[in-house]
Amino acid sequence: MEQVRAIVVRAAGINCDMETEHAFRLAGAEVDRVHVNRIIETPGMLEGYQIFVLPGGFSYGDDVAAGKILANQMVHHLADALRKFIDDGKLVLGICNGFQVLVKTQILPGLAPIGGSDTSQQPVSITNNDSGKYEDRWVYLEPVSEECVFISPGRRLYLPVAHGEGKVVARDSAILDRLEAEGHVAFRYVDAEGRQGPFPINPNGSPNSVAGLTDSTGRVLGLMPHPERFVHRTQHPHWTRRANRDDADGMSVFSNAVAYVKQNL
Amino acid sequence: MRQWRFEVASRSGFADVVGQGVLEDIRELGIRSVESVHSARVYLIEADFDAAFARRVVEELLTDTVCQDYYMGRSSAPAGPMEATIIEVHLKSGVTDPVAESVAMAIADMGGHAESVRTARKYILLGHVSDAHRDLIARRVLANDCIEEVVYGTDAEPPSPHTRPYELEIGTIALTTLDAEGLIELSRKRDLFLDVVEMQTIQEYYQQLNREPTDVELETLAQTWSEHCGHKTLRSSVDMDCEGEHVHFENLLKETVFKATQDLNKDWCLSVFADNAGVVSFDESDAVCFKVETHNHPSALDPYGGAATGIGGVLRDPMGTGMGARPIANTDVFCFGNPDKKLDEIPKGVLHPRRIMKGVVAGVRDYGNRMGIPTVNGAIYFDDRYMANPLVFCGNVGLLPNDKCFKHQQTGNLIMVVGGRTGRDGIHGATFSSGQMTHEHEDIFSHAVQIGNPIVEKKMLDTLLQARDAELYEAITDCGAGGLSSAVGEMGEKLGAEVDLEKVPLKYAGLNYTEIWISEAQERMVIAVRPENLEAISKLFAAEDVEATVIGRFTDDAKLTLRYEGQQVGQLDMEFLHEGICRYSRKAVWKRPAVSEPVIAPKDNYNDDLLAILSSYNVASKEWVIRQYDHEVQGGSVIKPLTGLENDGPSDAAVVRPKLDSDRGVAISCGMNPLYGDIDPYWMAYSAIDEAIRNIVAVGARPDRIALLDNFCWGDCRKPETFGSLVRAAQACFDGAMGFGAPFISGKDSLNNEFLCDDGTTIAIPSTLLISAMSIVDDVNTCVTMDVKRAGNLIFVVGLTRNELGGSHYYKIHGFQGANVPKVDVATAAETASRMHLAIQHGLIVSCHDCSEGGLAVALAEMAFAGGLGIEADLRGLPCDADCVTAAGQLFSESNSRYVVEVEPDMYDSFARLMLNMPFGQLGVVVDEKRLVIRTADGTPVVDADVEDLKRAWRKPLMLN
Repeated sequence: MEQVRAIVVRAAGINCDMETEHAFRLAGAEVDRVHVNRIIETPGMLEGYQIFVLPGGFSYGDDVAAGKILANQMVHHLADALRKFIDDGKLVLGICNGFQVLVKTQILPGLAPIGGSDTSQQPVSITNNDSGKYEDRWVYLEPVSEECVFISPGRRLYLPVAHGEGKVVARDSAILDRLEAEGHVAFRYVDAEGRQGPFPINPNGSPNSVAGLTDSTGRVLGLMPHPERFVHRTQHPHWTRRANRDDADGMSVFSNAVAYVKQNL
Repeated sequence: MRQWRFEVASRSGFADVVGQGVLEDIRELGIRSVESVHSARVYLIEADFDAAFARRVVEELLTDTVCQDYYMGRSSAPAGPMEATIIEVHLKSGVTDPVAESVAMAIADMGGHAESVRTARKYILLGHVSDAHRDLIARRVLANDCIEEVVYGTDAEPPSPHTRPYELEIGTIALTTLDAEGLIELSRKRDLFLDVVEMQTIQEYYQQLNREPTDVELETLAQTWSEHCGHKTLRSSVDMDCEGEHVHFENLLKETVFKATQDLNKDWCLSVFADNAGVVSFDESDAVCFKVETHNHPSALDPYGGAATGIGGVLRDPMGTGMGARPIANTDVFCFGNPDKKLDEIPKGVLHPRRIMKGVVAGVRDYGNRMGIPTVNGAIYFDDRYMANPLVFCGNVGLLPNDKCFKHQQTGNLIMVVGGRTGRDGIHGATFSSGQMTHEHEDIFSHAVQIGNPIVEKKMLDTLLQARDAELYEAITDCGAGGLSSAVGEMGEKLGAEVDLEKVPLKYAGLNYTEIWISEAQERMVIAVRPENLEAISKLFAAEDVEATVIGRFTDDAKLTLRYEGQQVGQLDMEFLHEGICRYSRKAVWKRPAVSEPVIAPKDNYNDDLLAILSSYNVASKEWVIRQYDHEVQGGSVIKPLTGLENDGPSDAAVVRPKLDSDRGVAISCGMNPLYGDIDPYWMAYSAIDEAIRNIVAVGARPDRIALLDNFCWGDCRKPETFGSLVRAAQACFDGAMGFGAPFISGKDSLNNEFLCDDGTTIAIPSTLLISAMSIVDDVNTCVTMDVKRAGNLIFVVGLTRNELGGSHYYKIHGFQGANVPKVDVATAAETASRMHLAIQHGLIVSCHDCSEGGLAVALAEMAFAGGLGIEADLRGLPCDADCVTAAGQLFSESNSRYVVEVEPDMYDSFARLMLNMPFGQLGVVVDEKRLVIRTADGTPVVDADVEDLKRAWRKPLMLN
């Protein structure tokens, strides 16, 4: 695939769409920001894209629960189109609120096909931070999955989280074990040296310090931290202490996605 | 039709965040008998669907079955030995319930239909709770009387959701024959907040017309002529007795703040004091605009809602500036009473400062974060005089294309209202905020509280920007204070307008035409649309689920005509409405207060003083607040509010890159110091300007592109002494703006910040001037932060330290006020700012921090702990005035125009050359050992402290839960 095309979903309350578009542009993709209403009107439009992106924000005000209303829309109107999208070998990325949506549609961790199971039985959810409040702070992420195409194995990332509901919880310990055993854990919160630890190393209290999940194909990634907020050197919180370093950790997620599509689709 | 009731609560093993928060708040009320609190969300759904579908709704939609349980119907009190008190909080009928709207939509997505959805919160308090305590908890913690209704127990019924329809009844008011007393009584009875002269002006107008006014006409005049909308006080003529000398202003604002802008006549000022926000040039293609508003009175009654709608309201200022700007950054400054106040010290009708603070922060957080606008700058001040009148300043910077800085509405354009629907919320907000608060306000003005829904505003913004770029409308303004009355009135001032009020979409039935016209319901904008664009713009709004409705048209008759169902209900001449208000002349007096310098015995060591200042509320870390704000959304953050090795040092100003493909930045800062105003408001205002400017210069912004905003918050300016202090501050605004070459581009005032207690005493706020500054950064890669970078680097102080401890924090912690308030030598200050900028631009400086509250010692401590290093300093290097000889003065004086900078040894020569002839001196070096050591001339270490101890003292006081 020469020209990679990404579709960044807009909806009432989504608010990270512009910087997510910018990050994919920097990575070399062509990007359209499209309102979910348009996609529901013409689900076939997804054919023209290889990366489907749910950016951060507060879709529909996070009414009822974070990401729930948008997830409900997708389950009832876009299940077939998205299943085909993933079956076609394409990529799905959900950041922060987008991750919450992916979990609430059960696209992640993808133990059952989307729309194919009772949504009342979702295996995983994302709930209130242990601190009980919204916080914006920077965290280190250790890549875990070796299959996930968005990840550079071995590269620890420093990125901001900004959420009040980011604690990834499983229905029971068997499911949590399965997430680990079957390679669904994409990233873990760690400290600068790569060790897991309590708050604030793990900003929300997620069991096993889970920060992101992938499905069994490795082509769907959801994560609470915001890679699109570190694609320029001056976004690093102490860039003035890092003299001439131009590397921006968040770019790896977008560049990996675009490179994968170029090589494989 | 059946009513379904569902209750959803956290499953055991998952935290009940709401319940825990409530329990904390109950403990803060001093009630210890409640052992635990469980919360649940209640959904009341009127629908035709069957039980199977109802179960799907609750299981698939309303419950997160991983961490929540649900109950269909009304659950009974939990079994067990503990006493249980059940309290349900429902919205009053007509109050917007955004969750309900989303649920109704989601049920439709599932293939069902709900006739109506309501939500409520249910609390179960375990432990003994007396009736008195129960009522107190309900009133102070759980519910806001203004918008919510409390239901006790399991049996009581929630309020009915249905409201009665409205039937037209045109009200006329007999006014032309009233005497002065009757006019005053009429103004008071109808909450018009108009004085006798204004009422008489209106009376003459109607006597000439030979008829009585209708109710809606009188209300329109009251809105437009309110202090809030008209700035009567600041535009009045003034005769001032300034220490025996007579000073006269024909129009105070025009001859001070405005005049500086006119005299400076900067070509980069594109639109100043003309639109909803001041507009200045940014780059070849875009401009930036800036506005700061206050939302004080509503935040006193309902801290959460008041602050949320404060930020929601100020966002609509840039959105309504020119043809509409995209908001790119928020700034928030608050003034509260001391958070550790005892409950019995709080006047009746006033909320505890801690409750106000938590509510205000949560309101700003929830609205700003949901809108996706980074909150990057701010400050918090504590003083008990703010207890009954907290100040909430909300500001926003927006970006708009250069060719879209002006409006061009024309006769024949359609008037459209877009965004949210109109309800009874926020009626009389403009007039209410113009009056004095009393202990009865809570009850009387509950309708003045507005209810915010950021998602409605966000989708309105998304759609408006598309419509702007497609050039589908001719003009735009926000519905702020005064609602449609102000928005349409202003837009049609030079043309004329006619409005059919029944066309305005309502949240619920039952509003009369006056309520529709003056409601301050949130999230609404008014646009002028050419008839040929109506179809295209309607389609665009519909595509994004945003309502847009034609409610009238602009005419050419210079009249404002209001109709309801075809019948005229009011008509006013635009000229009378906008120009008819009588001119005021006011008396002002300024007398220097009798103040003196205290005598405090000198000491060998000031560690304790430094620790006490660092942990005083005004200086202490505001991290608890800042972290709750999303300060990085939109991806433009360059200088974040928290900086340094561990991301917790206090930045001087914020810098954002509004265009992600450009390295050009916008910097925002603020300055304020009410303590100085108690000594001399002139130097308070001047100091605020200096502080805002040195803050913005310290991060690397251009000193020659600084635009200023003023926000005056004063007590009752009908009192000549109070007004006199405002005049002094306004004079300093002129002098400061001229001296620094920094024009004011916008401003706002909030007067009458006084509270009448039930014992008849009044509490007035200290005279408070917030100065906000905005400037340009040519290349954000040159910006610097305040944390020291490397051991071995040199520490310099630029700017002269004088014996100016008056109003300082050093005096404050010792219980003194002093007399020597910090002054500004503006010629030196401006030259210092310009040289500092050159030094930063040329990379001669690796860190820079302004010296403000707590003086040099606090600045050094903050730089050291933010950088995770130590500093060894020697006061012999301090550039000092001859009269500043004591160690305390040198350490803690708050003299203006000073910067502490870190310079690499290699850059010493270049830096020293650049600073030639300026007051500057080498104070010390950065060291690896984490100690702050400051020695006097004889080598005595007057400060010798572990940097981590200093940091702990600074971080701890405001680390709330």
